[in-house]
Amino acid sequence: MSIRKVYMDYNATTPLHPEVGKTMREAFELYANPSSMHEFGRTVRNRLEYIRQDIAAFLGARPQEVIFTAGGSESNNTVLKMLACAQYDGGEFPGGRTEIITSAIEHPSIMQTVEYLASMGNAVHFCKVDRYGKVDVDHLLELISEKTALVSIMYANNEIGTIQDIPALSKIAHGHGALFHTDAVQAVGKIPMDVQKLDVDYLSFSAHKLYGPKGVGVLFARKGRPFYPLIHGGHQESGRRAGTMNSLGIIGMGRAVELAKQEMPLLEERLIGLKNRLKAGIMELIPDITINGHPTESLSNTLNVSFHGAEGEAVLLYMDLQGVALSTGSACSSGSLEPSHVLLATGVGPELAHGSIRFSMGRDTSEEDVDYVLEVLPVVIKNVRKMSTVYAGECR
Amino acid sequence: MSGTNLWVYTDIVKEHFINPKNILEDEENYSEDGKGIVGNIKCGDQMMVAIKVKDDTITDCKWKTYGCASAIASTSILSEMVKGMPVEKAYTITPEDIVKELGELPAHKIHCSVLGDRALRKAIEDYYARTGRTDKVVREKAKIICQCMNITDKDIEDAVRKGDRTYEELQYRTKLGTVCGQCREKAERLLHEYIHLFGE
Repeated sequence: MSIRKVYMDYNATTPLHPEVGKTMREAFELYANPSSMHEFGRTVRNRLEYIRQDIAAFLGARPQEVIFTAGGSESNNTVLKMLACAQYDGGEFPGGRTEIITSAIEHPSIMQTVEYLASMGNAVHFCKVDRYGKVDVDHLLELISEKTALVSIMYANNEIGTIQDIPALSKIAHGHGALFHTDAVQAVGKIPMDVQKLDVDYLSFSAHKLYGPKGVGVLFARKGRPFYPLIHGGHQESGRRAGTMNSLGIIGMGRAVELAKQEMPLLEERLIGLKNRLKAGIMELIPDITINGHPTESLSNTLNVSFHGAEGEAVLLYMDLQGVALSTGSACSSGSLEPSHVLLATGVGPELAHGSIRFSMGRDTSEEDVDYVLEVLPVVIKNVRKMSTVYAGECR
Repeated sequence: MSGTNLWVYTDIVKEHFINPKNILEDEENYSEDGKGIVGNIKCGDQMMVAIKVKDDTITDCKWKTYGCASAIASTSILSEMVKGMPVEKAYTITPEDIVKELGELPAHKIHCSVLGDRALRKAIEDYYARTGRTDKVVREKAKIICQCMNITDKDIEDAVRKGDRTYEELQYRTKLGTVCGQCREKAERLLHEYIHLFGE
């Protein structure tokens, strides 16, 4: 018997859009180095520069402000480590500022990078979030000072989907003379955005979250703002990122962005419907749950639920055996004893963090998929709770 | 290729995960002869083991757990292992014995999810207590962790029970690792294990 396969882990990565795959396959033979002066090279380069223009237009940026990188983690590392690089290079951030402020719910590529910078002597402050995962503006105002070089706050959270008010946060940063970066990896392709309206100095995103290939992304760096490369060794990207350009990846990303522009409005509408269906179904069929994240200001594809008394990894693996791919904030999936730092920061407590499951949907998710999840999930939760030492609800 | 190797754990773990044996379903009407509970919800694993004993031999073993797949599988297999086993022998089962039965487990899973042996030991101690034979309860032999300051695993356990949660706190209380520092890794591993077991 073949069971139904349901992929609901789009925030981890998305499948390649068939059109992206097609474009990439057709481009497979473009081997020339885009930095070479000959015709072979110029032809490829030309194509990549058109893509740079398209992506710039998509973000409301200028082409020279779009830097191609190997993805979100590299873009994030580049921005944060500029502080250390600036100090090392004898350069400086405006006013000799050295401190970083970030939020308590960032992606590990921000979290662990600022921890590394802290270990090297940079002062790092973590801004609190409320129970929905929204940045605590009062706390940000307390932390920010004339020493703050950079404020980095993620646009939308990968685990709980909460969306921040980026223009308001960047206004605070700028009001205090600090620069502002947003990790928009989960937002680009889901939320229309314009870097002018957002008023950000730096922005990161990754192609594989919007149906593009893995290993390629963008760093938007506003003209006139400090820039120190993370990767030295070539004049590519105007000396801001060395390494032979990833032609095939960039071509795939370009197509993915083009398609996102066309498909986003309709897809968003459909995803809202699917999320509401899933949420309503879970609330109706399964007792003793907590919905995590902001009720309205949240990604339309992301639903995060804690099932009381049911440990997340067990739920994930039982669902996996039913053909459903999900993700959990349980410690067991991470190899540490600590559950999701995001959920802990929202104050849900360790038990509910261990019992959290993330459903993230995308363009291939159907109503039938949602209904299948709603068919198998209640049975799985019931069985896990039946063996639980801490659940005394429905099975007693 | 069978395809089963693609799963996260071994086939035996998978089998016990899919069909856990001996779950304690009707706790109130299960008149056990001994019961033990260990673990900490905050760390993501808690385990309860209940046994029935006749003539100092375990006749039935039931359990409950709040935990991941390997916690479920390891307790399930333990409950099968001990049926018909003399209490005294069951008292000496180690996590390694359980892992051996399961085939293998990733190293980081062993100390956080294999709690069944401890829960069983507590259940047996409860049985001894109920039958008035607390003399049978063995204080585990202490192992020296810090050679320089002569600090044992029991000292670390005590420190955690008294509230220490970080290596620095442990050092401050016991002076462990304050001379050559070679024991740090070992001590930190035990510290995490005991916080997992006894921490709030």
